[in-house]
Amino acid sequence: MNSPRVQTDWASPVMQARVRRRYAKERRFRFMGFAALALAGVFLLFLLGTIFANGYTGFLRTEVKLAVEYDPFVLGIDSSALAGAGSENALNTANFQGVMTAATSARAEGLGIAAKDLVSDGAWLALRDAVRGDPALIGQRVDVWVPTSGDFDLLGKGLIERDAPEANRPVSDAEIAAFDRLKSEGAVRTTLNTTFLTMADSTSPELAGIWGAAKGSLLTLAVTLLLCFPIGVMTAIYLEEYAPKNRFTDMIEVSINNLAAVPSIIFGLLGLAVFLNFFGMPRSAPIVGGLTLALMTLPVIVIAGRIAIKSVPPSIRDAALGVGASQIQVVFHHVLPLALPGILTGTIIGMARALGETAPLLMIGMRAFVTDVPGGLATPATVLPVQIFLWSDEVARGFVEKTSAAIMVLLVFLMLMNGLAIYLRNKFEKRW
Amino acid sequence: MMATMTANAEAAVTSPPKMTARDVKVFYGDKQALNGVSIDVHTDLVTAFIGPSGCGKSTFLRCLNRMNDTIDAARIEGRIELEGHDIYAPDMDVVQLRARVGMVFQKPNPFPKSIYENVAYGPRIHGLASTKAELDTIVEQSLVRASLWSEVKDRLQDSGTALSGGQQQRLCIARAIAVDPEVILMDEPCSALDPIATAKIEELIDDLRGRYAIVIVTHNMQQAARVSQRTAFFHLGTLVEYGDTAEIFTNPREQRTKDYITGRFG
Repeated sequence: MNSPRVQTDWASPVMQARVRRRYAKERRFRFMGFAALALAGVFLLFLLGTIFANGYTGFLRTEVKLAVEYDPFVLGIDSSALAGAGSENALNTANFQGVMTAATSARAEGLGIAAKDLVSDGAWLALRDAVRGDPALIGQRVDVWVPTSGDFDLLGKGLIERDAPEANRPVSDAEIAAFDRLKSEGAVRTTLNTTFLTMADSTSPELAGIWGAAKGSLLTLAVTLLLCFPIGVMTAIYLEEYAPKNRFTDMIEVSINNLAAVPSIIFGLLGLAVFLNFFGMPRSAPIVGGLTLALMTLPVIVIAGRIAIKSVPPSIRDAALGVGASQIQVVFHHVLPLALPGILTGTIIGMARALGETAPLLMIGMRAFVTDVPGGLATPATVLPVQIFLWSDEVARGFVEKTSAAIMVLLVFLMLMNGLAIYLRNKFEKRW
Repeated sequence: MMATMTANAEAAVTSPPKMTARDVKVFYGDKQALNGVSIDVHTDLVTAFIGPSGCGKSTFLRCLNRMNDTIDAARIEGRIELEGHDIYAPDMDVVQLRARVGMVFQKPNPFPKSIYENVAYGPRIHGLASTKAELDTIVEQSLVRASLWSEVKDRLQDSGTALSGGQQQRLCIARAIAVDPEVILMDEPCSALDPIATAKIEELIDDLRGRYAIVIVTHNMQQAARVSQRTAFFHLGTLVEYGDTAEIFTNPREQRTKDYITGRFG
């Protein structure tokens, strides 16, 4: 035991092997890390690729050219009714459906198909909008592009397997032949689907829009943010800067952490019991959705706020107290500005989670079929994720692309929010 | 024994003490950190607290402007007076107290704001300046007194945290001076600084003496000998010896003091 230590031979084969093994270990680890990242990247690309491939056609629609005669006799109005006040009323009472039916029937008969298979149920709306823009059209016969029926829309986008047996596809051979004839005449075109971007839900896929759900989401999130942010930040400040550390505050802390982990559907049940049944607030309304999501998001903001406040160096508090700042001045002049980037990041993560939340909103009736864009906080509305859920459940083939398109809209919203989070964090971040 | 020591020390000065502490005891929960400390602080003298780590000198310093209030578990007994008024009395406003008894910390801790804002913050929250011009004057005066003005006068809007360590500490001193305190407490102000920056701060302390009562905690005994006129030696939560600096360093009364200043322990 007492023999002197032998001089280490760093160049010996044993040592060399050791070095080689160490390098190999490093390489393996780095490779595994890279492989994990690559795998995640592939999955993400696959996911986004699938959604995009399925969804981009949702932003497009097929239109057919029809010769329409704006017959004042059929319409029941003439251009003089559209001149002054009351023109909107006249437009709404005018029989555009009749004009549309006349034009469609003529065309469909020539093609040998039923009129309802050629144009969309809502095609007459295009006529009304055209006349609103130019009242002089009344009495004239013009070519108008109107949205096709759902089936023709799918044919136009190439989403129907023409080789499948006739019984297994939604369109008959006659309809396909009619479509091809229209196409060869140049009477079919594909354009941007403005209906999808400006309207609310519908039973017909070609008339369904996402704007109703998007606006519902915006209204709901606005309520959530207005409630959560001030209450959450104040709670975090109180708990960190004022509250004494005792058994009671420990219990509150544990409760907040537990609340953040409660499944969201429980908050939905709470919203149903409290806001709808006890307070009697309107069903399916963004205000109730916002309140329910606020319950869910509040603990997330409180926790993020506390972490951000805790990470402000105590030396800054000492410095401010040392020159005679009061507690509230310390908080609002020094702690809060330095904690703000962290608080904002946490808030936006919480809001992004609220944006993607479905379950609690199902409980308070926001899965209703709403065909109007919500006008206010108390009008029935739905939200983006619920709309996606509803469309994914639809039987009509045309809703497949709508579902993916709605997911794309939701993802864009999420990316905008995350971008905002990064922007705000960089803007308010101070280095020392 | 304590009484005679204090009496001896007071013989050298004529003005009444700015702050007096009598039998101050501090407890952190069950643990007693200070056992009955009595000290006087004078305006025209610099008082240094020396002693090994954990001896209670910083704890006592923080009692003098009630910075220990922020620690929940801390409990203070005894009496500390500022110009004859008990600072722990219920009618004492702690914000005003801290404006009158300023503090400079161990690690330079400027606010992450501009140099100007750092100095202007105190006067602003206490309403010491009614116009922008007055505030400008206060900022300039404070920076001049902290001998930082010539180095920063052209970049007052730069961040205070971009300065060097020594400059940051002088900025903190300027910030403390800006509210025109009567006492300045310095908690090891040079421990994070290099020798040149330390020399500048020591020079500054000497300049400020007479205008403010200065109490400095230091680990560096040479520093205590250089800058102070009174020295208090703490050990294990007890004030072992308190008297004229020259006397403490050349002819300590207590064996423990002698052992510490000659480097036997600590």
